[in-house]
Amino acid sequence: MNYVENILSHASGRKSVSAGEYIEARCDTVLMNDVTGPLAVKEFLKRGKKIKNPGSVVIVCDHFTPNKDIKSAENVKFLRDFARKQKIRFFEIGNGGVEHVILPEKGIVKPGDVVIGADSHTCTYGALGAFSTGVGSTDVAFAMLMGKIWFMVPEVMEFVYSGKKGKFITGKDLILLTIGKIGVNGANYKAMKFAGTVISALSMDERFTMCNMAIEAGGKAGFVVPDKKTADYVKGRPGRKARNFADGPSAQTFKMDISAVKPLVASPHLPDKVGPAARLNKVKIDQAVIGSCTNGRISDFAQAAKIMKGRKISAGLRCIILPGSQEVYAEAMKKGYIETFLKAGCVIAPPTCGPCLGGHMGILAGGETAISTTNRNFVGRMGAVSSRVYLASPYTAAASAVRGRIISPEQL
Amino acid sequence: MKNIIKGNAYVVGDSVDTDVIIPARFLTSDNADELAAHCMEDLDKDFSKKVKKGDIIVAGDNFGCGSSREHAPIAIKASGISAVIAKSFARIFLRNCINIGLMVFVCDMKKDARAGDEITIDMRKGEIINARAKKIYKVKPVPEFIKKIVSFGGLLNYAVQRGR
Repeated sequence: MNYVENILSHASGRKSVSAGEYIEARCDTVLMNDVTGPLAVKEFLKRGKKIKNPGSVVIVCDHFTPNKDIKSAENVKFLRDFARKQKIRFFEIGNGGVEHVILPEKGIVKPGDVVIGADSHTCTYGALGAFSTGVGSTDVAFAMLMGKIWFMVPEVMEFVYSGKKGKFITGKDLILLTIGKIGVNGANYKAMKFAGTVISALSMDERFTMCNMAIEAGGKAGFVVPDKKTADYVKGRPGRKARNFADGPSAQTFKMDISAVKPLVASPHLPDKVGPAARLNKVKIDQAVIGSCTNGRISDFAQAAKIMKGRKISAGLRCIILPGSQEVYAEAMKKGYIETFLKAGCVIAPPTCGPCLGGHMGILAGGETAISTTNRNFVGRMGAVSSRVYLASPYTAAASAVRGRIISPEQL
Repeated sequence: MKNIIKGNAYVVGDSVDTDVIIPARFLTSDNADELAAHCMEDLDKDFSKKVKKGDIIVAGDNFGCGSSREHAPIAIKASGISAVIAKSFARIFLRNCINIGLMVFVCDMKKDARAGDEITIDMRKGEIINARAKKIYKVKPVPEFIKKIVSFGGLLNYAVQRGR
């Protein structure tokens, strides 16, 4: 059995499972947010009183918080009351941040866990070696009632990266490269395993970025088999111990030498429209967004600050910095990144999903263009139907913000 | 549940994402009728006016990709759409459809389909017929447990009926 099969056989209490089988599995963590949570809770309350396993359930209000309007405030209040009654973990502004940034930080997800979340980017936790996948609100309601959920065991599609990473090449560039190669449904129903010497050397933050965007290739999950970096990340954080599982053969393997890869950008309106940033120099931008569950961690801001240090963003351009959590925000202050961003002319937003999904705090007007470190560039994703979003790494987004047009950081 | 679904086609392309099915600006509500009023608005602003009860969405690859928002299939179902046929579905969306009781069929029939074509889905025979195009497509029979979930109106009703 491979890593995913080993986790899922353990979670389903079976001796063995194999790809294609339907199973019922225990969930270590069941996650919802202020968009998907109200629906899940209402459906749950129609049929149950007490959550079967309250210790597993986590609510993070991050999408429309700080509450953008009365309806969002009512939704958060509803979830806060529910969490208090059920004695489940609840995070909102002040103790929280973007769900997929804070759960690993707070030690809620551990290697070997099974995690479901009513948010498609729940696949992020694969970077810790969890089997972690996005579901809908009904699935979360079901898991609250029953303490388990049904899965089809996915096939593993393995990506092996070798070669020497060029200057300014990040986990974001690698995942964009991969999505560009296999397409937006290239890994539909499959678990994407990221491996090879390049991944071994990659920081945890960049592994989170890569696993986060597995869904953009249709992946059910993305994961990296835990190694010393994983163990170091987990060490000293609260919560239960990591579970270790063996790995085995994958159904498919793709090998990539990434030595020649240059900074990449996904053009509107799909994450697989990937090409070199240096070929998009004609694209003028109105807004840059740096942050999100994809690139809202400390090393992302280190990269952006490295570019912006001593520079100013282009006149007339707006640049929004969204630290992924209180912890990331504090660290970015301590390291002087926040000061660098302020001096460059950026605005610092609170930890929130904000503009990524067109929620608030940086919505685009008709015809406007943004470069963003987020994960989706669908039609109307960040605002008006005629607005356009280009996806890139923090280096590339910061360099483009300085120039006012899309450039590769090498061109600055 | 009925074994035959009949309706007129509403044809869309590849990778129709859940952000266009129901944009985030409407996600502060989970009321099915409110969501239906804005369904597909960013793709076709007249969708809610055009669609008649019983219509069937016929799509290409990767229908429902992106966000896990269940508001998307809820909006489609409340618009009166009786089923979605696509060459392929994004997995969270597919799961959500089954869970809320919206029938979905994997079938590559978009290339021959035109808006308004009368489509007949025969679940017992495992066939989809497009009368105008004179085409009959084979589809995998719907597994019994999925038919049951849909006939109970979704996963939770089914779970409760089954005595959990």
